[in-house]
Amino acid sequence: MSYWFRNDNRLPQGRLAVASYIIVGMVGVILLGFWKLQVIDAEKYTSMALRNSVRSIPVIAPRGRMLDRDGRVLVDNHPSFSVLLLRDDPVLVDNNLPAIAEGLGLAVEDLKEQLGTTKNLPKFQPIIIKPEASQADIAFIESHRSDIPILEMISVSRRRYLSGGFLSHATGYVGEVSEQQIEASNGRFRPGDFAGKTGLEKQYNDVLMGTDGMRRVIVNSVGKEVGRLSTQEAIPGKQIQLTIDYDLQQMAEQSLGARPGAVVALDPRTGEVLAMVSRPTPDPNDFAVRIPQDVWRRLNEDPLRPLLNRAIQAQLAPGSVFKIITATAMLEDKVPPESFRAFCPGYGTFYGRQFKCWVYGKSSHGLVDLKKAIMESCDVFFYNVGMQLGIDRLSYYASKMGLGHKTGIDLPSEEPGLMPSQEWVQRVFHRKWYAGETISVSTGQGAVTATPLQLARTIGGIATGGIFKQPHLLKDPQNVGEDRFAISEPTVQKVTDAMYGVVNEGGTGASLKLAGIELSGKSGTAQVIGYATRERMGKQKKFEDNAWFVGYAPRRNPEIVVAVLVQESGKHGGEASGPVARDIIKMYYDKKAKKTEGQYTVDYQRYNFGNDAAPAAAKQPEPILKPERAAVVVPASATEQH
Amino acid sequence: MKDAPGTRDYDWWLLAIIAAICAIGVIEIYSATYGSSLAGMHMKQIRWLAVGFAAMFALSRLDYHLILDQAWLLYLVGVIALLAVLLVGHTRFGAKRWIPVLGEFLQVSELVKLIIIIWVARFFAEVRSDELSLQDLIKAGLFVGLPLGLILKQPDLGTALVLMPVLVVGAFLAGLQWKHALTIALIGILMLPIGWRVLKPYQKERVTSFLHPEQDAKGSGYQVLQSKIAVGSGGFWGKGFRNGSQNQLGYIPVRYSDFIMSAWAEEQGFKGVLVALGLYMALLLRLVQNAQRAKDRAGMFLVMGVAAALAFHVLVNVAMVIGAMPVTGIPLPLMSYGGSATLFVFLAIGLVMNVRLRRFVN
Repeated sequence: MSYWFRNDNRLPQGRLAVASYIIVGMVGVILLGFWKLQVIDAEKYTSMALRNSVRSIPVIAPRGRMLDRDGRVLVDNHPSFSVLLLRDDPVLVDNNLPAIAEGLGLAVEDLKEQLGTTKNLPKFQPIIIKPEASQADIAFIESHRSDIPILEMISVSRRRYLSGGFLSHATGYVGEVSEQQIEASNGRFRPGDFAGKTGLEKQYNDVLMGTDGMRRVIVNSVGKEVGRLSTQEAIPGKQIQLTIDYDLQQMAEQSLGARPGAVVALDPRTGEVLAMVSRPTPDPNDFAVRIPQDVWRRLNEDPLRPLLNRAIQAQLAPGSVFKIITATAMLEDKVPPESFRAFCPGYGTFYGRQFKCWVYGKSSHGLVDLKKAIMESCDVFFYNVGMQLGIDRLSYYASKMGLGHKTGIDLPSEEPGLMPSQEWVQRVFHRKWYAGETISVSTGQGAVTATPLQLARTIGGIATGGIFKQPHLLKDPQNVGEDRFAISEPTVQKVTDAMYGVVNEGGTGASLKLAGIELSGKSGTAQVIGYATRERMGKQKKFEDNAWFVGYAPRRNPEIVVAVLVQESGKHGGEASGPVARDIIKMYYDKKAKKTEGQYTVDYQRYNFGNDAAPAAAKQPEPILKPERAAVVVPASATEQH
Repeated sequence: MKDAPGTRDYDWWLLAIIAAICAIGVIEIYSATYGSSLAGMHMKQIRWLAVGFAAMFALSRLDYHLILDQAWLLYLVGVIALLAVLLVGHTRFGAKRWIPVLGEFLQVSELVKLIIIIWVARFFAEVRSDELSLQDLIKAGLFVGLPLGLILKQPDLGTALVLMPVLVVGAFLAGLQWKHALTIALIGILMLPIGWRVLKPYQKERVTSFLHPEQDAKGSGYQVLQSKIAVGSGGFWGKGFRNGSQNQLGYIPVRYSDFIMSAWAEEQGFKGVLVALGLYMALLLRLVQNAQRAKDRAGMFLVMGVAAALAFHVLVNVAMVIGAMPVTGIPLPLMSYGGSATLFVFLAIGLVMNVRLRRFVN
């Protein structure tokens, strides 16, 4: 063994001292590093630590339901899950985007676009990237909690409408709020929120929409919730009760079937809308989740315009239904006097131009008085009346009785229609009124247009003696507007007698006669294209006619008035539209009879639950039958009637 | 030769410092694993500390000259053990580092660190000149290079790197010439690109993520970021015992082991860091002091080898925690949980005690 090194005591003291300086220096530098993190940048890292572990997850408030007048549920919610993307950490978001897109079956570009549009919003607000999560999506999120910790699920309540587009134009639909809406909402809307876009959903959005809550939770490093900091409960939206009668609505939907057109049923005494149908219709359930771009485009480009609520937005020539206004004006102004009679050879010549009666070429009406003229819808009689009254009188009466301005129904985007006047042509076309135009207007052709809702309100109001109630869909609103336009009793008597005659005394609606019910009304058949269009296009093009029927019962002070429009059916008003009005009015009386006999109470009470305390079993109305027309039989003898 | 030094010759200050560091470690392991599936780990650590303490005393009784006499034999055993690990070793966490000893898995490389400290001390003690010759320097480099290469092969970059400061400090104290130091440094810089190629993909990833942490938000860059968040959010006063959200919610990676300083810094703040690093500085300075008072060159080399290894551990680990160095998997001596690592530190301290006990003995 070599022992020599045991006593070698040449210690390099200088270099050992250097070693201790190095140690002190090293520790000093490291302490500076800690000082930087813990004292200088402490605030930054504190907020990062909070963002790490605290998540704010919205608690979505369910929207209020919509009930019919008897408390039956028309619009409901069902629970579903939405996928949230937490955007606090942009690096994590960028890195995981492809994996998220693949896992959830979304397009990366769409996600990027969505992130782009929401980049101005606070980072701590998560965005909904998939409104309706499937089972597979839920599994994907759960199994990737640790490696994709930026996905979260929230339970939401999704809107559920009755199938087949039942009442869809009145209820409208909800959709994701647009960026403009978010900006205009003062923080009430967040991206991904749903709000009413059309119809009642839009009109009563503030009532229906609740206030979302917020849950602040602590999550651990694998994204598991381990604690709760605070919970701000969601305040559910309030439910609203509508004036709609489910049974009448169902009958209206069935009876109109798939034909393009509209139905409006009103109670003229109150202005309550009992039924409202427009065809064709989209299924609003498609909108309850984010609507695919191609579906949306198809709906918008469809020439039949299914998104249009024809009941309040179709502005069409009212045709012969307008004759009731002309008749009322004539009787009130006594121009021409009540005894006026006209001879109808099938046409008439006014201002050097020939105007045909609808029977032209087939027969003639001969000598007609007012009642016969209304019952058989003689055009020539009303051409004469119109010529004598002049456009100013016609326009005055029509406007007073509801045409040319909105009815004020509680739905967005109602159209006013048009009642032409001298002032109107001067303002719009900068020309003088042609006297010949009055001839067309007096029979509801020419520039005059009206919506089905307007016609129902006008006819109902005349039969009520001049009280025009503001139509509304919300049951028991605080105040219902009304326009009063006093019509003398003899006038009302004569006009309603004639409309009774239309159905019950062999008029153009003779096929609609119902035993025990004083069904009255007026049919109309009108050219499709408007006055201005026709002027532009000339007469070279052939269009099918629109069929109108406005029916009501009983003959005076009616309880129900129904306006029906069937578009481009190629049939006359009484034939195509009359049966729809008749079916609804019959249903109304059947139901009324059952109610008075006490038979209806079982059904009624099943649905008659108090607000929100509804038992689950009572929530769903019976399923809607497929639209069928089999029940409506049109006798062959009536087909040539007008 | 007179043996059996008395108990008053032990370095009681050194023991007190070590005890304080161990206490901090146990407290933080308790906090970091509380309520998790790893709860109770601090008790296991206490057992390892007890074993380490006993081993330290046992080693301090055996004259270090006798140990140095067997340096070459130990070196041979170490190299064979490393080869054995590569051939029949137990794979855990993707690396072959463990062989079973007495029912526990021991990391052979920890033992090899100790053997290299001994071997380096013996080698440089035998250098008679005041200046280290180039031949001796290259010789030392080659002999340290062999086990270093074997450890790299496991792969265990962290442990392999620990051998470097032991060699460097030994050479420095043995009279390393500045011209040699500069030449080696220059060659080292030129060799960097080659060294890069030798690195395993995961090692490269660690280096790139250290240089560009934002590119790797979920890998080791994420680990370092979370560690920095923990340290930074601790502030000056800390969030309090068992109150660190980063620690308690598991955002800090291996918070009871390699990143224990991160957990400590979060819960105890800068003041806690001051205490911990103050203790480590005291420990290292105490070691240097023991080297200065060693009886002979051999003892001095032994103590400084230990000091170099421990200083490297502390520096690299703590720098990693604050994001100043890449993640290398080097534990913090005496604080991080781990049997082999703890045992190594205590055996190393045992060597220091050994030298101290014999400073007056002839």
